[in-house]
Amino acid sequence: MGMNLFKTTAAVAGLALIATGMATKMTHADQGAKLIINGELTIPTRAPAPAHLEAIDEITSGWLYRTSETQALEMDDFDNPSFVFVDVALDLFDKADGSEGKACSSCHENVEDFAGLTASMPRVNADGMLETTTELVNKCRTERMGAEAWSYSGGKMSAMTSLIGLQSRGMPVNVAIDGAAKPYWDKGKDLYYTRVGQLDMACSNCHEDNYDVMIRADHLSQGQINGFPTYRLKNSKMNTTHGRFKGCMKNIRAQPFGQGSDEFKALELYVASRGNGLTVETPSVRN
Amino acid sequence: MASGVKPRVKVPKSAAAGSAITIKTLISHKMESGQRKDKEGNVIPRSIINRFTCTFNGKSVIDIKTEPAISTNPYFQFDATVPEAGDFVFTWYDDDGSVYDAKKSVAIG
Repeated sequence: MGMNLFKTTAAVAGLALIATGMATKMTHADQGAKLIINGELTIPTRAPAPAHLEAIDEITSGWLYRTSETQALEMDDFDNPSFVFVDVALDLFDKADGSEGKACSSCHENVEDFAGLTASMPRVNADGMLETTTELVNKCRTERMGAEAWSYSGGKMSAMTSLIGLQSRGMPVNVAIDGAAKPYWDKGKDLYYTRVGQLDMACSNCHEDNYDVMIRADHLSQGQINGFPTYRLKNSKMNTTHGRFKGCMKNIRAQPFGQGSDEFKALELYVASRGNGLTVETPSVRN
Repeated sequence: MASGVKPRVKVPKSAAAGSAITIKTLISHKMESGQRKDKEGNVIPRSIINRFTCTFNGKSVIDIKTEPAISTNPYFQFDATVPEAGDFVFTWYDDDGSVYDAKKSVAIG
């Protein structure tokens, strides 16, 4: 009997422990935190929603939804693991490749010349086609350098798009959604609100209806892509927007579109436009 | 020979004499543990940084033996007291015999 009583007490104590453990783990990140990089570059993480966005008043960076430890990693370029990959890209930028014996730097003298590019991508080119930064890089590689195209979300490509994105860090996101871009934007918006997969969910079900809510152990963000490519602690590499879309689609047990497909490009344009007014954070750190 | 190895170090340029400063170091290295197997089932040979040292004006500050469980791109952060102006020298020793180093000078002021 005494033994039984002891067991019960022990079990109750165990439960209490678990409960306290959960309470501390569930602590939300500090939503009032300020993102200041290297103690000098202040990045606004909140902005009024663009006019086309009806369901949300304020757009917020995914940085606000992470724990303070993860937030801190992005606040110092030495602590930010993305910069290992940025350094790899800096070497690639100067490395000649392909039949023409050219490197990126043979034409683009200074990588800083790409300032502002990522903030306005994807965009419609002179031929009326929607193009992404990744496609621009591969076009240069195949047409000007005579080199092989890199895989869409591969290590070299994501490092290079991180380096290019870094040049726009601190600039406001501003993708064009009217004129020639309108049909692509409409297609992207359709995809955003279309339920797919076994779980029958659309992007909007999580990132518009339920952001700031826990989805099991994860704090749902608005799904903004102003920090992409982003370093994720879960796979310790740079993650591209199309890679992330694919991951989301797998989570809802849908058959993902291909990376670099027309569908994902249109979705990228639409999702980027939902962040019009936010600030480019590339390369960011997320969990 | 491990590829893409690059040491990085962050040390304040100057410090007050006798004060402690924070030093951050990171070396990009794949740190292959020797426990993994490739697609054919063969063991991928161990290739890690097995020792990391830091000296100040020739005197040892820290000397660390690292083991296969250390993650990719090992990061070390520590505090050191700076008694006088001088040079920090950081050295990483690779399993393959390569030695990587970095040097940072600190002024007093």
